Amino acid sequence: MSEIEHRGPAAPAPLEWEYAPAPEARDIVSFRERYGLYIGGEVVDPRSGDWFTTSSPADESPLAEVAQASGEDVGLAVDAARAAYEDGWSSLRPAERAKYLFRIARILQERSRELAVAESLDGGKPIKESRDVDLPLAAAHFFYHAGWADKLEYAFPNRNPRPLGVAGQIIPWNFPLLMLAWKVAPALACGNTVVLKPAETTPLTALMFADVCRQAELPAGVVNIVTGDGSTGAELVRNEGLDKVAFTGSTEVGKAIQRELAGRGIPLTLELGGKAANIVFDDCALDQAVEGIVNGIYFNQGHVCCAGSRLLVQESIAEPLIGKLKRRLQTLRVGDPLDKNTDVGAINSRAQLEKIRELVASGEADGAEIYQPPCVLPERGYWFAPTVFVNVAQSSRIATEEIFGPVLSVLTFRTPDEAVEKANNTPYGLSAGVWTEKGSRILWMASRLRAGVVWANTFNRFDPASPFGGYKESGFGREGGRHGLEAYLRFDE
Amino acid sequence: MSRLPVRKTYKLYIGGAFPRSESGRTYEAEGQNVARASRKDARDAVRAARGAVAKWSGATAYNRGQVLYRMAEMMETRAADLAAVCSGEAEVERSIDRVVWYAGWADKLAQVLGGANPVAGPYFNFTIPEPTGVVAIVAPPEPALEGLVSRLLPALAGGNTAVVAASHDHPLAAVELAEAVATSDMPGGVVNILTGDPAEIAPVLAGHMDVNALDLTGADADSAAELERLAAENVKRVVRGSATGQSVWEIEPLVEAKTVWHPIGV
Repeated sequence: MSEIEHRGPAAPAPLEWEYAPAPEARDIVSFRERYGLYIGGEVVDPRSGDWFTTSSPADESPLAEVAQASGEDVGLAVDAARAAYEDGWSSLRPAERAKYLFRIARILQERSRELAVAESLDGGKPIKESRDVDLPLAAAHFFYHAGWADKLEYAFPNRNPRPLGVAGQIIPWNFPLLMLAWKVAPALACGNTVVLKPAETTPLTALMFADVCRQAELPAGVVNIVTGDGSTGAELVRNEGLDKVAFTGSTEVGKAIQRELAGRGIPLTLELGGKAANIVFDDCALDQAVEGIVNGIYFNQGHVCCAGSRLLVQESIAEPLIGKLKRRLQTLRVGDPLDKNTDVGAINSRAQLEKIRELVASGEADGAEIYQPPCVLPERGYWFAPTVFVNVAQSSRIATEEIFGPVLSVLTFRTPDEAVEKANNTPYGLSAGVWTEKGSRILWMASRLRAGVVWANTFNRFDPASPFGGYKESGFGREGGRHGLEAYLRFDE
Repeated sequence: MSRLPVRKTYKLYIGGAFPRSESGRTYEAEGQNVARASRKDARDAVRAARGAVAKWSGATAYNRGQVLYRMAEMMETRAADLAAVCSGEAEVERSIDRVVWYAGWADKLAQVLGGANPVAGPYFNFTIPEPTGVVAIVAPPEPALEGLVSRLLPALAGGNTAVVAASHDHPLAAVELAEAVATSDMPGGVVNILTGDPAEIAPVLAGHMDVNALDLTGADADSAAELERLAAENVKRVVRGSATGQSVWEIEPLVEAKTVWHPIGV
């Protein structure tokens, strides 16, 4: 009761009732016991002979065995992609290529419930997000890029756009199927073939996508999928048979890939980490801003490269805003990813949970003030309560390093200039948010923030037509829109 | 008795001034003693270039176009001097015309490289090109003037500032060009030119944390691999382009696409 009194009479009563469970049916998905590699249109056992188990981060239960691809396996996949490229895919009429992609988009829509459940099981994200964000956007990416396949000369007039060849693509675990779509759809639309390496902890929806390719009757070898840990990704980047490398993941690994490719003349695109500032001015619509802040950092457990992990609040409204934010946090439901009422699901892996814990501990050691709403975390699995730090110093690790978890660091500012200065005070430059009702200020801020995506009075919006990618150490190249196509084309001017 | 001509001292161009190398070193090239920039000079040049970013990128595109056009005017008045330090009049004319061509791009880029994006929701969404920041350029060894102009102007037209490691064997054209730039209303620090040995300077630029992009058009294959490795330290954009051509696609790798979202509603 002291909690209620402390919050004052203006605060709404806390939610003291329990929601009834509203589980999405799990039986729509039946995983195979084992998933081999998808090479040349066949599911094959790895030459390495090695397998590993992928499990659910929500309860640590094993879901399936997955192949650990070796350098030899990667080589076979690249060869298959090369053969498919030369045996027809690159010379297929673009309008036909387009129709394969349209088919894939439709199949993803048709199987979206099954894939959404699989995504939540393997990755731990709430079903309402995999159902309402990941799957619809993945399908939309294929649908959007399908239409480009036979219109590339309009996107790049007088440049004679041509495919590059075989693309090696490495994707992260935070949006497994959506990142697959971001990579595979533009590559195929531009006439390339691909070898895709999904993340170690979330391989299942990519392997189910192999079945989508089968249903679409995509020619063998156009899409190849090699699973494994970081060593498989390293083997892929080292492979001499690639004409293109695309990577989404940490800045550290991105730099290693850029170094590895130095002097090899292979086009590279990198979509790396971020430490986005979400900037709230005193004239904002406060309640909408609070929703935007919550969506900005607690969406997908904060496992989002463009997450609004640094909240910059104008000093004059810091107190009421933080009060509202804390109350809103109390209404977030943390738990079973398959429950339709869940807002914050499981942390993707034990390793990621340990990283979050370590950084949060450093924040406390640095003297920042921590707030976590009272919530009961499941005993099994990997969980972390939504967390807010206030009184965070700019130099603190929780204000500078990407945490990739549900942890928000709050800093304050007085003037717009100071907000810009603080927002840009990071080696990253992926995204930023601005909350104000003043239009001229939005545009003034938007032009000064060194970030590839600026969300004004909204946050974490994505669309296949909207180019996405970073400034500075958040990477280079764009995904989505006309701009994204360039990453998969060469030009015979 | 004939008059003894006053000779020119060939110096660096950093932050709008013409300093000697802080190292006090020169080397002989094309019959002249030319400043041999040190690693410290390279760092000073990057600092000057970073300091000029706000003013140059913050100027209106129309204004940038006019300053670049003014640069062409200043080159035209020095055409004879420029011709004396490159392959001749034809190269100077191509170079001046190229500057004019890029001057005209400054206020058209956004319309060609940007646009509105039809997202599936009640949002206004647009993408515009913005300068990437500081561009380090390893100038092509030759053509001395045209090669330099062909790499420098895409960076400037895109709103970036630049640090150039000039051709080792043909540095005079770079110094002559710097003198044209210095009289063309270009804010100090937008263009910085380092003569000397690119093998000494380029690694400093490639590894510098305050450089955003690295143009290796003028680097040989042997040194390029190491420069690219250094460039990864802060995820620099590494570009190669034409030493003799012109295209808006020479500008594009040196600009960032920024996308802005805003809800639509009443």
